[in-house]
Amino acid sequence: MWSRINALINSRLRAQIAKEFLSILRDPRSRLIVFVPPLMQLLIFTFATTLEVRNADIAVYERDAGQWSHELVARVGAADFVNKLHTVHSRDELRELIDGRKVIAGLDVGQNFSRDIAAGGNGTAQVIVDGRRSNAGQITVGYLNAIAADVGTTARKESQRAPPVVVRHWFNPNLIYRWFVVPALSGILVFFSALMITSLSIARERELGTFDQLLVSPTTTPEIIVAKTVPAVAIGAVLGLMMIGAAAFLFGVPFTGSFWLLLPSLLLFILSVVGIGLMISAVSATQQQAILGAFAIGVPAVLMSGFATPVENMPLVLQWMAQGIPLTHFLVIVEGTFLKAMPASDIVANTWPLAVIALVTLTMATVFVRGRLQ
Amino acid sequence: MSTHPTTDGGGTQDQDVAVVVESVVKHFGEVEALRGFSADIRYGRLTGLVGPDGAGKTTLMRIMTGLLVPNGGRVTLAGFDVVEDNDAIHIASGYMPQRFGLYEDLSVMENMRLYAQLRGMDADQNTDIFRSLLDFTRLGPFTTRLAGKLSGGMKQKLGLACALMAKPRVLLLDEPSVGVDPVSRQDLWRMVQALTDDGMAVVWSTAYLDEAERCESVLLLNEGKLEFDGPPQELTDRIKQRSFRLTGVSDERRAVLSQALDLGTVGDGVIQGDAVRVVLRADAGRAEIGALADEVGAILEPVQPRFEDAFIDLLGGGPGGTSALAERMHAVELDSDIAVSCRDLTKCFGDFTATDKVSFEVQKGEIFGLLGPNGAGKSTTFKMLCGLLKPTEGEAHVVGHDLRRATGAAKSQLGYMAQKFSLYGLLSVRQNLEFSAGVYGLEGASKSQRIDEMIETFELQQYLSTSPDSLPLGYKQRLALACALMHRPPVLFLDEPTSGVDPITRREFWTHINGLVRKGVTVMVTTHFMDEAEYCDRVAMMYRARLIALDTPDALKRVSRSDAHPDPTMEDAFIHLVESADLDDEARANAKVAA
Repeated sequence: MWSRINALINSRLRAQIAKEFLSILRDPRSRLIVFVPPLMQLLIFTFATTLEVRNADIAVYERDAGQWSHELVARVGAADFVNKLHTVHSRDELRELIDGRKVIAGLDVGQNFSRDIAAGGNGTAQVIVDGRRSNAGQITVGYLNAIAADVGTTARKESQRAPPVVVRHWFNPNLIYRWFVVPALSGILVFFSALMITSLSIARERELGTFDQLLVSPTTTPEIIVAKTVPAVAIGAVLGLMMIGAAAFLFGVPFTGSFWLLLPSLLLFILSVVGIGLMISAVSATQQQAILGAFAIGVPAVLMSGFATPVENMPLVLQWMAQGIPLTHFLVIVEGTFLKAMPASDIVANTWPLAVIALVTLTMATVFVRGRLQ
Repeated sequence: MSTHPTTDGGGTQDQDVAVVVESVVKHFGEVEALRGFSADIRYGRLTGLVGPDGAGKTTLMRIMTGLLVPNGGRVTLAGFDVVEDNDAIHIASGYMPQRFGLYEDLSVMENMRLYAQLRGMDADQNTDIFRSLLDFTRLGPFTTRLAGKLSGGMKQKLGLACALMAKPRVLLLDEPSVGVDPVSRQDLWRMVQALTDDGMAVVWSTAYLDEAERCESVLLLNEGKLEFDGPPQELTDRIKQRSFRLTGVSDERRAVLSQALDLGTVGDGVIQGDAVRVVLRADAGRAEIGALADEVGAILEPVQPRFEDAFIDLLGGGPGGTSALAERMHAVELDSDIAVSCRDLTKCFGDFTATDKVSFEVQKGEIFGLLGPNGAGKSTTFKMLCGLLKPTEGEAHVVGHDLRRATGAAKSQLGYMAQKFSLYGLLSVRQNLEFSAGVYGLEGASKSQRIDEMIETFELQQYLSTSPDSLPLGYKQRLALACALMHRPPVLFLDEPTSGVDPITRREFWTHINGLVRKGVTVMVTTHFMDEAEYCDRVAMMYRARLIALDTPDALKRVSRSDAHPDPTMEDAFIHLVESADLDDEARANAKVAA
């Protein structure tokens, strides 16, 4: 008896899973749409999403004619990130250049700069930054600070002073931006792909009327949810592995952690995203609503996930909310696995929230589908 | 020959020609929508543009209003070439598309003002036009109601009012009766009648062939070709001597129809209540059918021909009477004689009661029809019976299983075919078949055997690897039926199964259904084709969430028999029932006020 029931369940599930796979992959065009755009995006965004400042124009108002002032200006002019130095002769001129967005920052070297240094004190130069471009501006300030510190070191060496502090960046010693961006992007793109595939799935069937057909068949709601979950997880995993492979082999991001810890985390991550997607789909009457829903959830989720700004810097309430976003946890795992050989205990600390999210969202999706019957 | 008013070579005869169609051709990619034909449409006349879905009606309409440019040929409307004098066309014609562009968030009056302004009319100076249009459409009491809150029939009337705003000389109505219940449809006919009496040319396109009989002239389209041009009477007269009715066969009528259709001399046949209606092939004698009548003890009598039958005859007759599908079905055995039953079935959506205490029982092997105007609650009731909606109160049983508790058991006993066929367009035909077999728990050898059976029965071999979306309509319907019947359900639910389907495909469909019923399958069907209600053993008529009548089609027709309608159709019966329900409600309301 039990084996018969088992067999029945299996055949129903099998039929549905086959149907879901075919719906996504049978048509060559939809096959392309599933795999090609995310991989293209990985390639494009890797180069587009860079926080490094390059080709910056800097204004210089040099009021000092001394040795150290010349040294500072010369080093700024020679720096990689600088495109061109604009020499100005008044504060007003400097202001104009910044107002007109000709330069991102102005360096104002005071009259006593060289004299103060020669006297063994601190030379002071002012940096004026275009606050409208706050991010690039801050990075420019950072670069200028580094140059100033360099000049200071040279000056002190000559006067036999104590050695300065040297910063070393662990895990990414040269601060290569790509090392951070590519693993994170693979997480984000898998997140969006899985969200899209699943949020459309029920809504599309509802639009076509096939969902009614499914509901009048003896299949149960959990079966419908499972049948829609399996292909989405499988396709998401393939996509994720392709991206992780591209990160490691194409972009040369060092993969220091354990692949066998990353793989189950990836599957759990996709499962939790699929839960969110199916929840959206279950409450949407049309595919249009589903797409809007996916974006309404997806974009804030990416912004709050810690990709753009660290979660720890957000207000406490938003930090709590960020814990409900699968991407927040997966980004920690994927970055950690790539760059710092994250140990199993740390990975588990980030996978159990994924499991909880998956459990909650998939249960909710089931409840929503059932609720639609009322 | 030109009919342009500036060239007076036309003569008096052309004065009353509103639209001239000259060998018009239109194709969309590979699809040939219009294959080159010519026709005239005259003023002061109601011209029916008749044909099944996909015949080219809308394409022709849109060419006549200058919204599409023909690939070949020429069309002039009120003397203006639709391509060259495009702007003049918009003034001379009023066009009401299938879904008139009403702004659902504006009131009736605001919609009318907007359309007046779009026509360049000052709304404030035309209050008399507004008043007459409101009187004409009987929308006067509803001027402040939002268009989105109007019923289907009222929406069409408002659309008509907007299309009539600029007093066009030619009025083009594209399927105005779709989604409109028979009562509102009568209103539309009355209005159009008044307009043609005033000399306007009205073109009424429709897929309901019975509507053609009401038109003064008919252009009958099929697959982009003009099959007939003239008064409908002329076409029906062709089968006048060949239309017969077999009465006195009520219990055996499905078997008799099947036998009759298999006769070489019978071209077409349908069930009409307790009787069977047949049309003999041209030049065929009545010997064979006479012999059949004698054999089954039926009375053979000539009847008035119908337009739809004439159309089928024109296309060379309908399908045969034997259903290959039913031949393969095993006789259905049920423990009880009651296949479907419901008691006090009620469904509320918030404050709104969609179905109000509906109770009935459906016998095994019965075709049970649910009829009613839009919004009467027939779909809600239907959905509760097949488990798509949970009733607020009351209960429903399918083959003895409570739909609330034994959902799985009940569901494996029913087959369901939805209005739009609901096939997976992303899967191939074979994959669709495999999916429906699998989802009903078929496996291994029995699964592949059933699938092969269905492929053979419905002749799907050549389409196995194509997508259902690209199938011809008839095959799409066959596939949907195959999917619904894969698990051999004893009860079959059909939700408006033949809407948008041409009459020949419809007949083929009913041949299968009749065959299945003879094997003991129970069929629940909703339909808005009144003719199709005739196939039912019993019909439940729903109106305003309640069951207002439940009887055999013939009994329902008998109730509405009057001097005005000595031989009432199902549509007459329907109107009669709805009107008397309204009267009852009124009387009750008055009694309440009096008390």
